[in-house]
Amino acid sequence: MRFGTADQAVIALDDVSVTIRENEFFTLLGPSGCGKTTLLRLIAGFELPTSGLILLDGQEIGHLPPYKRPVNTVFQSYALFPHMTVAQNIAFGLAMLGKPTSEIDDTTRRMLAMVRMEKLADRRTDQLSGGQQQRVALARALAPHPKVLLLDEPLSALDFKLRKEMQIELKRLQNETGITFVFVTHDQEEALTMSDRIAVMDTGHILQVDAPMDIYNRPTHRFVADFVGDINILDAEIDQIRDGRGVVRLSSGATATARLSSDTLAPGAVSVAIRPEHVRLCGADDGNRTLAGAISNIVFFGSGTHIHIDLDGGGTVIAQTTQGGGAIGDRVGLILPDDHLQVLMDR
Amino acid sequence: MSAATDHRDAKARLTEANRIWAHRARRTRILLLAPALVVVTVFGLFPLTITLIYSVLEPGTYGGVNWVLSGEAYVQFLFERDMFDDTLGFTTSYLQIFGRSIGLAFGATVGALILGFPTAYFIASKPQEQRNLWLFLVTLPFWTNLLIRTYAMLLIIRDEGLINLSLKGIGIIDKPIGILYTDTAVFLGLIYSYLPFMVLPLYASLEKLDFRLVEAAYDLYASRFQVLRRIIIPIAKPGIVAGCILVFIPGLGAYITPELLGGGKKLMIGNMIALQFGSSRNWPFGSAAALILMAFVMVALLFYLRRPCPQEVVDRYNKIWTRLKQ
Repeated sequence: MRFGTADQAVIALDDVSVTIRENEFFTLLGPSGCGKTTLLRLIAGFELPTSGLILLDGQEIGHLPPYKRPVNTVFQSYALFPHMTVAQNIAFGLAMLGKPTSEIDDTTRRMLAMVRMEKLADRRTDQLSGGQQQRVALARALAPHPKVLLLDEPLSALDFKLRKEMQIELKRLQNETGITFVFVTHDQEEALTMSDRIAVMDTGHILQVDAPMDIYNRPTHRFVADFVGDINILDAEIDQIRDGRGVVRLSSGATATARLSSDTLAPGAVSVAIRPEHVRLCGADDGNRTLAGAISNIVFFGSGTHIHIDLDGGGTVIAQTTQGGGAIGDRVGLILPDDHLQVLMDR
Repeated sequence: MSAATDHRDAKARLTEANRIWAHRARRTRILLLAPALVVVTVFGLFPLTITLIYSVLEPGTYGGVNWVLSGEAYVQFLFERDMFDDTLGFTTSYLQIFGRSIGLAFGATVGALILGFPTAYFIASKPQEQRNLWLFLVTLPFWTNLLIRTYAMLLIIRDEGLINLSLKGIGIIDKPIGILYTDTAVFLGLIYSYLPFMVLPLYASLEKLDFRLVEAAYDLYASRFQVLRRIIIPIAKPGIVAGCILVFIPGLGAYITPELLGGGKKLMIGNMIALQFGSSRNWPFGSAAALILMAFVMVALLFYLRRPCPQEVVDRYNKIWTRLKQ
C-alpha cells in the first residue's frame, strides 16, 4: 500500500510507502501525532489522500467511501451502537451487506462464541464492562470477514491485566481468522508482543519496518532506538568503512567496530547505540575494555539491575546485570561487543 | 437509672425528633409548592372549570350564558337543528374544520421536521464554539412578535409580494400565483412560526450523537441513507418526538396564522372558537369546541408519551432487528 497526503496546513503523512503482507499482524508504532492514526483512517476510508495510492490486492481503493472497502475497524472508543443489542451490533455489517438471514444468524452466533459473549447476546451495549465492549467491537468488525482488520489503539482503555489477556486473545483471533490485522499503538511493549512486523513512525514518516526482534536489536534510526526499549546512545565518528562495518571512534577516543544501519552512511559524525543488556562490565584496568567510568547509580527493577556509569570522557552509559555488583563510586571498565553496537541514522 | 431505661429514653427522644423533623419537612414542602399550586389553580384549573361549566349552559342572546343546563353545545358540534321542525341532521361542517386543522397542523409538523432535521444536524456538526451562534440565529425570530412576523409573511406571499414579483421578474409566470388566503399560505405560515420549536429539541438530541457511531456504520458497509435510517434517526428519536409534539399542538390551536394568512375564509379550530366568543355569540359552543380540542390533544399526547416498559423495549428492538435482517 502506498500513501501520501498533504494538507495545506499540516502534512500528516509525507511520502509514506509500506507494503503490508497478507495474513500479517502488522503494527504501526509511534508517539501521538506521528500520523499512525491518519494512516489507519486512510486505509479505512475516513480520510482521503491528497496524493498517492492505496492498493488492496492490487486494486486502488484510495478513492472509495468506507462502505465500499472490504476493510473493517475496531475503534479506540469501540463506537458500539447504543440502541442495539450485542447480537444486533455484531450482525450490523452483514445486514448492511444484504446477506441472507440464515447466514447472518450463523455468523453472528459463531462470532459470539469466538469472543465468548453468547450469554450476553441480548444485552444492551451500555450494560457491558470495558473488556466486554472491546470483544463486541472486535466481533462486529470481524463478522463481515474483511480482508483487512484495522485496530486503533483498541486496548488503551483497558486495565493492565485485561490488556495482557486481550493481547493474547487478539493474536489468537488473528491466527484463527487468517485476516490481516493492522494495529495502531503507542505502546512499544504491546507492539513487540503481538506483531509479525512493526512500522515505527515519527512525524509523518515511516522510519523502519521490521520484525519485532530486528526493531529491538537492530534499530536503524536514532528515533527508533530511543522509542523502543532502553538504549545507550553515544556520539561517535566513523573513521572508515571496512567489510560493510564501520570503524567508529567514540568521544572517549576508544575505537570499536559497529554494524551499519544503512549503506548510505559515510565517514563522519554519527550516533552509535547499544542496549543495556549487551554492555558488559569488567575491571577498570581490563585490557579488553572499550570505555571506563565510575558507577553513579544502581537501579534494581526486579528481573535485573541497571548500573549507571558516568564515563570518563563525559556522558552516561547504562549496563544491565542480573546480579548486583559494585557500589556507587566504584570504577569499572565497559566492553561494547561489536555485534551489538549499531550505527544509527539521524532523526 | 438503669441502662434499659436509658435506652428507652433515648429511643423515645429519637422518635420524637423524627416526628418533629418529618412534620417540618412536610410543612417546608407545602410552602415551597404553594406558589406553583396557586398559579395552577387560579390560572389553570379555575378557567378550565368555567369553560367546562359554560359548555353545558345555554347561550345568552348578547353573548355570555343563560344559567340553564343544556347539552346543546356538544350536540351542535355534530348535528344541525332544523330551523322549522327542530329535527337533528348530521352535519360535518365543524368536523371539516377540525379535520382541516389536524391536517394543516400535521402537514406543518412534517414540513418542520423535513426542514428542521437537516438544520439541527448542520448545527450539531459545527464546532462547539459556533453552535451557540447558529442556535441564536434559529431563535432570533422569537425576538419579534408573532403577529408582526405573520404580517411580514403576508407581505412576502401576497400577489404583489416578493415571491410573485421575483417569479414575474425572471419571467416564469405572467399572472401572480395566488398563495395568500389559501391552505398553502396557512401551511407555510405554520411551518415558519413553529420551526424553531422543531429545531431546538432535534438539536438537543443530535448534539449528543457520537459522530464516531456514524463512522462505525459507514465502516460496516452502511450507505449514507442507511446510516441516517439505522443510526441517526433511531438515536435522535426522543428529539423527533418532542419536536413533533411541540409543533403539532400549538399548530392545531393556531389563531393568528390562519386568521391573517387564511384570510378568515379557511377556518382552523382556533378561529372557529374565537368566532363563537365574538360575532357568533355562542359561548357554550366555543367552550365545548375548546374542550373537544383539548381532549383530542390529550389523547394524542397519551399515545405518544406512553412510557415503554422494558418488555416493550425488547419487542421494539426485536422488530428493528427483524427489519434489519430483511
